[in-house]
Amino acid sequence: MSQEEEVVRRQRERARILAWLLGGFVVLLFFITIAKTGINW
Amino acid sequence: MPAIEMSNPAALPADWRDILALTKPRVMSLVVFSGLCGLLAAPVLPPLALGFTAILCIALAAGACGALNQWYEVEIDAKMRRTAKRPLPAGRMDRDAALQFGVGLGAFSVLLMGLATNWLAAVLLAVSILFYVLIYTVWLKPRTAQNIVIGGAAGAFPPLIGWVAATGHMATLPLLLFGIVFLWTPPHFWALSLFVRSDYAAAGIPMLPVVAGPQNTRKQIFIYSLALAVAAVAPWPLGLTGPIYGGAATGLSIGFVILAGRVLGNRATDPAEMGPEKKLFAYSVIYLFVLFGALVADRWLPW
Repeated sequence: MSQEEEVVRRQRERARILAWLLGGFVVLLFFITIAKTGINW
Repeated sequence: MPAIEMSNPAALPADWRDILALTKPRVMSLVVFSGLCGLLAAPVLPPLALGFTAILCIALAAGACGALNQWYEVEIDAKMRRTAKRPLPAGRMDRDAALQFGVGLGAFSVLLMGLATNWLAAVLLAVSILFYVLIYTVWLKPRTAQNIVIGGAAGAFPPLIGWVAATGHMATLPLLLFGIVFLWTPPHFWALSLFVRSDYAAAGIPMLPVVAGPQNTRKQIFIYSLALAVAAVAPWPLGLTGPIYGGAATGLSIGFVILAGRVLGNRATDPAEMGPEKKLFAYSVIYLFVLFGALVADRWLPW
């Protein structure tokens, strides 16, 4: 594998992980807001 | 994965496994556990999302501390066998990237803690990060043999933060938990530093066994173990916990003192003959896990 291919592979892998983390953070923020506003389900 | 030729590995974007390694996940697990126990031992529980966020923030802050510690100590880590393969000394990651990651993660954890739980918990979290990075890593560790004693306070914050995140205020029990981790840290790290003494000496870190010698260190381990035993059992006679915690703390602490006594009796200078030190180090990890587990069991079990 050339260095350029390795750079692209790592960037893709990191972008995928970051996307999952950001998605998780949005979900967490939603639940934090629900808990802070005291809305009961 | 096929091998690749890299003229300058640090010029590549860091592999996510190396970014994860920067956060010292194994250290993080004990920090998260003690923080969770502090939170679960509190008289009131926050909503699940807020409790989860509090623990997440403690974990992120611990990760930030790990990253900043490795950023600062890259030359020292390169000299020690135990740490030479870490991403920074091994050249697999750019040093500035580690600094930015650590600062960003730390700031994010404090901000999220403040917004999700309360600002007292956020301030304590910020103090713990600054204490670990500035007081312990930068100031004390390279200068004094008492580095672990005062620096141990940084690791003692999580149960206090967990409690404060749940309740919004301080109390006697979480301060005692702080004291327990504070007194646990020196015998735990000194036991380790006895059998990796040559590593610390090579790196020029003035750990107690390097500066004061193994026998002096063994004496200190025993003295701290006695103090730890008193602090660990104290919540029970003070009426802050029940018999489950009291029984566990008493039994575990007797075991700790016995093992520390064996360390005191050992005269070995060769790491290969330091069985009692290795046993005490392993036991000290189990000790804290079981002690804090008993604290939570005591709070929630009906008898």
